[in-house]
Amino acid sequence: MFEVIGERINTSRKKVQEAVANRDADYIVDDVKKQQEAGAAYIDVNAGARIGHETEDMKWLLDTIQPVVSIPLALDSPDPAVLEMAFGMVSTEPMINSISLEKERFDAMMPFLEGKACKIIALCMDDAGMPSSAADIIARADTLVKELSGIGIPVSSMYVDPLVQPISTDNNKGNMVLDAVRGIKSNYPEIHITGGLSNISYGLPQRKIINRTFVALMMDAGMDSAIIDPLDEKIMATIKTADMLLGNDNFCGNYLKGVRSGAIEA
Amino acid sequence: MADFNAMQEALVACDQDKLTALVNGAVGEGVAASEILNKGLIAGMDIVGEKMESGDMFIPEVLMAAQTMAACLEIIKPLLGDDESSAAATVVIGTVKGDLHDIGKNLVAMMMESAGMKVVNLGVDIDPEQFVAQIKDNNASIVCLSALLTTTMVMMKETIDAISEAGLREQVKIMIGGAPVTQAYADEIGADGFAPDAGSAAKLAKKLAA
Repeated sequence: MFEVIGERINTSRKKVQEAVANRDADYIVDDVKKQQEAGAAYIDVNAGARIGHETEDMKWLLDTIQPVVSIPLALDSPDPAVLEMAFGMVSTEPMINSISLEKERFDAMMPFLEGKACKIIALCMDDAGMPSSAADIIARADTLVKELSGIGIPVSSMYVDPLVQPISTDNNKGNMVLDAVRGIKSNYPEIHITGGLSNISYGLPQRKIINRTFVALMMDAGMDSAIIDPLDEKIMATIKTADMLLGNDNFCGNYLKGVRSGAIEA
Repeated sequence: MADFNAMQEALVACDQDKLTALVNGAVGEGVAASEILNKGLIAGMDIVGEKMESGDMFIPEVLMAAQTMAACLEIIKPLLGDDESSAAATVVIGTVKGDLHDIGKNLVAMMMESAGMKVVNLGVDIDPEQFVAQIKDNNASIVCLSALLTTTMVMMKETIDAISEAGLREQVKIMIGGAPVTQAYADEIGADGFAPDAGSAAKLAKKLAA
């Protein structure tokens, strides 16, 4: 079953930032309820945009969100101190967003992750920058799996983000990431593949059709999670339909449920 | 008589064969290489930049136009005098410390080069001291700072502060850009300008260099 990580609670979005600044709990509660109803498996919470306020904003957001959702949260911060505080506040096993191979980030995150029960998003980013080939992405994923396994995190708790790059600047960026996902999944069948998708369409018009088509291709390659806006009905409909086509929907149950609720239409 | 309009149109249309023929024709007629460069190629790329800014051309088309221009530049380069090929301005560009994103920054660098500027592209993860050293070494008049992350955006301010402390603030105009960057942020940290896309960045650089 495909897992959508709902990306809406991020203070770099203008309305969320306003709501957080004004401690407008109603706005946040309404938003996360909608994300959950739309089928999100996790609610991502990022409080990083109001510089100097991340700790108190994260605390307030978690206090506000926790009581009203039944799904787990994805705690999204580069700061282990913020994550430590947040980790202590959640009642269900959270996802941590994220670790990467960038030395500073990696060294800060590893001691935090050790011994914790959590899912972890692992970015295929290192100090050399964005990966330049499928082999490069696969090698970075290998390193992440090795390191995270070394501190006791099961492969089935790892969500690798292969880093989608714009097709507008290089025709091969689509194939590159699709090949990488196939490679990673064949090396580690238990692993999850996640990430944002919208980078693929950067620099092109009518981006959403590109994003929707791409998610279906990525799902075929092995992507089983994505960080997206669950209130985007069209991409959600594409994901449910593709999940069915790939054999992940018993008796087409979720598809038909989606059609009956009006969430999926041709 | 060289038809500069036709050159511009061929460049905007990314018609390599036609542009090559027009440039070769003009060279054969004895038109000065600097005229071909400025009134044909650079003027054509200015149109490309404007079309990008207005949403009428997209990144792959802009890349194709730049490639078309680069091929024709090879024809006229040997014919340009030293002083004629000297750039309108020297730009130092890089992604700030802690940030490894380079796609947008490279597009800006390409559009500025196509606009006739000398561009020193430092790459990604550039600390303030490196910017300062490169401004000195290249005697730059424009500095462009790029950041894609809200967490690295703050490094733009530190870089500007370092440039000021090095006594170079009067020598350079500073431009900033990247997804989270706004005009308000540019004002707040004392940058001279902000551009939302590569086309308008090249236009702004020309304006600031004038």
